[in-house]
Amino acid sequence: MKVIEVRNLHKRYPGHVAVDDVSFEVAEGEIFGILGPNGAGKTTTVECVAGLRVPDGGTVQVAGLDPRHERKALHRVLGVQLQSAALPEKIKVWEALDLYASFYPDPADWRELMERVGLAEKRDTAFAKLSGGQRQRLSVALALVGRPRVAVLDELTTGLDPQARRDTWELVEQVRDSGVTIVLVTHFMEEAERLCDRIALIDRGRVVAVDTPAGLVARVDAEQRVRFRPSAPVDDALLLALPQVREVSRSGDHVTVSGTGDLAASVTLALAGHHIVPADLRIEQATLDDAFLALTGRKLS
Amino acid sequence: MKKILLVEAKLHLRDVGTVVFSVVLPVALLLVIGSIPQMSEPDPAFGGERLIDTQLPSMMTLLALLTLAFTVLPAVLATYREQGVLRRMSTTPMHPGRMLAAQLVINLVLGVGAVVLLVVAGRLVLGTALPRLPVGFVLVFLLGAAALLAMGLLIAALAPSGKAAPLIGTSVMFPLMFVAGMWVPREVMPDALRVVSDYSVAGPFAQALRATWAGQWPEPANLVVMGAGLVVCSVLAVRFFRWE
Repeated sequence: MKVIEVRNLHKRYPGHVAVDDVSFEVAEGEIFGILGPNGAGKTTTVECVAGLRVPDGGTVQVAGLDPRHERKALHRVLGVQLQSAALPEKIKVWEALDLYASFYPDPADWRELMERVGLAEKRDTAFAKLSGGQRQRLSVALALVGRPRVAVLDELTTGLDPQARRDTWELVEQVRDSGVTIVLVTHFMEEAERLCDRIALIDRGRVVAVDTPAGLVARVDAEQRVRFRPSAPVDDALLLALPQVREVSRSGDHVTVSGTGDLAASVTLALAGHHIVPADLRIEQATLDDAFLALTGRKLS
Repeated sequence: MKKILLVEAKLHLRDVGTVVFSVVLPVALLLVIGSIPQMSEPDPAFGGERLIDTQLPSMMTLLALLTLAFTVLPAVLATYREQGVLRRMSTTPMHPGRMLAAQLVINLVLGVGAVVLLVVAGRLVLGTALPRLPVGFVLVFLLGAAALLAMGLLIAALAPSGKAAPLIGTSVMFPLMFVAGMWVPREVMPDALRVVSDYSVAGPFAQALRATWAGQWPEPANLVVMGAGLVVCSVLAVRFFRWE
C-alpha cells in the first residue's frame, strides 16, 4: 500500500528551479531513499511533502492527505527531522521530549523513546552540550514522539563520525522494524545502499531512476575487476580461457582481470588449479556511485 | 500550551542575565538612587513633590518593561527563528504562534514581578506610598506593557538575526528612555522635546503611571497614544513576522 504519492512536483525559487519534475511513490513500511548530490532538490522535495513549502506544480499526498490544505492532520501522521539544530540551547533532553510529546494527541512514552535512542544518561543535559550524534538521535526521537506513520529524516548522518553514523543507522533500522515508514534524504551513497529498500536517484530537480539499490547497480552494465599479485607466473591464456573474463592487463607484479558474472570465484578457482595463490586480492564491483555516473554522466559526490 | 509556558519559563530563569537586568536591576536602582537624600526632598519643579514619590518608581517600572520588550523578547524570538526552533515546531500539530504567545505571557509575568517588587521595596525600604489609584495603575500598566511588547515583537519581526535583534532593541530603547524622562523629567524638558515625548508611547506610559501612582486618572491623550502604539505595532508585527 502506498503511503506517499508525489506526482510531477515542481518548485521554483526566485532565480532558479529547485525541483523541476519529481514523481515517486513510497510503500507502507519501507525505507525509501532520496539520493542525489547537493543542490539536486532533495530537501525541497521533502519540504513539500512535509507541508513546509507550497509546490508551484504537481500533487503530493501523504496518507491520503494534501499537505497544502490539511497541515494539522498531516503533522499528526508525519514526523520530520530537519537538517539543522532546531532547539533552544538551554533546553534539557527530557524537557524537549516532554514538550514535543505534549504537541500530539496520542504521543509515545518519551521515557521509553529516550532509552531507545540511547539518551537516558543525557536526560538532564542541555541541547547545546550534546555531541553531533546525540543531537541527531534526539532529533530522531522528536520525529517519532508523536507515533507517526511516516518519518522523514533529512541528512541524518551528515557531520557524524563513522561510529556515530553506524549507531544512527542501526537506530533507523529499529524504527522501521517498529512499523514506521521512513523517507531518508541523503547524498551519502553508502548510507542509501545500507539502509534503503528502494531509492529515488535525483539530479538537477528530476528523478533519474527509482529502484532497489541492487536494481540500480544492475542497470549499470558494469564490469567487475579483480586485481592480484600471483605467487607464480601466470599465463594470460589461462585466464582468457574463462568465459567470465574479457581482458587481462598487467602493471608491474600485478595482474588485473576485467569481466562479468562470477568473475572473482572463477579466477581464483582457475589459479588454485595451477597452484597459484592470488596475493593482495582486490575485487572492484559497481556501486551506486557508478550507477549515478552511468545514469547522469555526473559523479554523486 | 501549558507545557510550552512551563518550559519557556524555565529557560528564561536559566538565563541569569534576563532576570538580573529586567527585574533585579530596576529594583536595585530604585533602592540605591532612592536613598540619595536629595531624592526625598520636596522639589519646587515638581510642584513640591519628591522624586521618590512617583518619578523614580515609574521610571524604574518603565526600565524593567523596556528591557523585557526591547532586549529579551526580540533576542529570544529572533534566535529561535534563526536556529529553526519555530520552523521545527511548524512540523508538529502545534502552531508556532503558541510559542510567540508563550513568550509574550512570560515577559508580561516577569514585568508584573518587577513592578510588584518595585512597589513593595519602595514601600518597605524607602517608605513611599503604594499607587493611590490601584485599579487605574493596573490598567495603565497592562496597556503600556502590551504596547511595549508589541513594539518588541515588531523588532523581532524585522531583525535579520538573533544577534542583531537585541542591538536594534537597545538602540531604540535608550532614546525612548530619554524622551520618556528617565534623565530629564518631563516637567523640565524643553517644549520641542516634550512634544516628542508625548507621542513616544514610553513617555505617555511614564506619565500615566505617575498620575495613577499619585491618585489621579491619566490624561486621555496618553492612553490614546499607548493604544495606537499597541494596535499599529501589533498589526505591523503580524504583517512582517517570518517563521523561518
